[in-house]
Amino acid sequence: MQRRRDFEYFAPRTLEDALDLLLEHREDDTKVICGGQSLLILMKQGVVAPDYLVDIKGLSSLNYVDNGRDWLRIGAGTPHRAIETSIAIADWCPVLCEAERRLADVEVRNWGTIGGNLAHADPSGDIAPCLIVLDGRLKLQSANGERILPIDQFSVDFFETVLRPDELLTEIQIPKVKPYTGSAYTKFVIVEGDHPIVGAAVSVTLDPATGSCRDARVALTGAGPVPLRARRTEKVLAGNTITEDVIAEAADVASNEADPVSDMHASEAYKRMLVGILVRDVTKAALQRVNEE
Amino acid sequence: MKQRLSVKVNGRSHELDVQPGATLAEVLRDELMLTGTKVGCDAASCGSCTVLVEGRAVKACSVLAMQVHGKSVTTIEGVADDDRLHPVQEAFIQNHGLQCGFCTPGFILASKALLEEGGEISEAQIRAGLGGHICRCGSYPNIVKSVLGAAKAMRGA
Repeated sequence: MQRRRDFEYFAPRTLEDALDLLLEHREDDTKVICGGQSLLILMKQGVVAPDYLVDIKGLSSLNYVDNGRDWLRIGAGTPHRAIETSIAIADWCPVLCEAERRLADVEVRNWGTIGGNLAHADPSGDIAPCLIVLDGRLKLQSANGERILPIDQFSVDFFETVLRPDELLTEIQIPKVKPYTGSAYTKFVIVEGDHPIVGAAVSVTLDPATGSCRDARVALTGAGPVPLRARRTEKVLAGNTITEDVIAEAADVASNEADPVSDMHASEAYKRMLVGILVRDVTKAALQRVNEE
Repeated sequence: MKQRLSVKVNGRSHELDVQPGATLAEVLRDELMLTGTKVGCDAASCGSCTVLVEGRAVKACSVLAMQVHGKSVTTIEGVADDDRLHPVQEAFIQNHGLQCGFCTPGFILASKALLEEGGEISEAQIRAGLGGHICRCGSYPNIVKSVLGAAKAMRGA
């Protein structure tokens, strides 16, 4: 496929201008670019060839980390590297920093943004599963208003989200993590920095009196067309004391709950096996983190 | 339709007319003739196109040129101070940190940025920090030695 060089290019200076442009061109073949660490590669290959390109990399108003009392708010235009190294985020939800540290490499993280990553909606991404276990929400804005969605309602298919043509993802919101909660994320890759072949994030909240699990969140990536909230797996953990046997059962249920496809990286069967192992490992790591608090 | 790009490269200001789809690597190499920045994979994997934008290492093959409008860029040509080599460059020479040299500009700029970020620098941190770079000649052990050597020199050890 040929690379296209003749598109119309806009670099709006304000969010309002950007939203007006998207409204104006909502019926055209329009693409938004921010860091472009996913999109530019596709454009160079000719896979994505819009008539209009709206460049929001210059919107510094979307680059922020804001920790309030009950919510942590991250601007969609915040580079991965800023999130990775943020003391505020390490304090609030270290699992996000953990995922960022293993995402691609320093150069990609310096320029690519969390919003771009989520809007690109790679079914095998590092960020969405962590936000799922953190009960994250997303703010979507248009010239006509805004809406807030739980993260697990954002992606609907491979590389497809509910973003309307006139909408921008502008903010990621993470609620205050409950006490006695530990979260962890890991992924299986061949070369460090690769997209997950499969990945798993787990969050467990324990009852300090009994040590049993009050609440659990499990999210899988690379295991279906969208980042998967593994609710059946959560049910194995929540309400029980998490013993080795419970973890083994959770791993088993996760293997079955996952919906991976065979590809050049691994067969479906191998991916299911990996899901089980990763869920086992991150559940143990999450438990460890509760104790460390 | 071409766009006007104002950018400072290695301390010099430039006004260029570029295609909106041009990458920073293309503009540096084809418009400014700064061919020290290499294009290897053209897919943000190999790191041979690494340059610094406002001091931060980025892969120029995957940055839209227009996105550095109003910013300052450092390429390998801008690392030495006239004929005085930067400690990172000296360290690569002393520690034989290169063979064919194709990956070297990328490694030098990334190492420079890593070391200038400050803080402790261990071998593990160097390997993690330079994970976005490939050396097909296999000079990795000497590259790590070079960066450790540069760290010592820059921290006055």
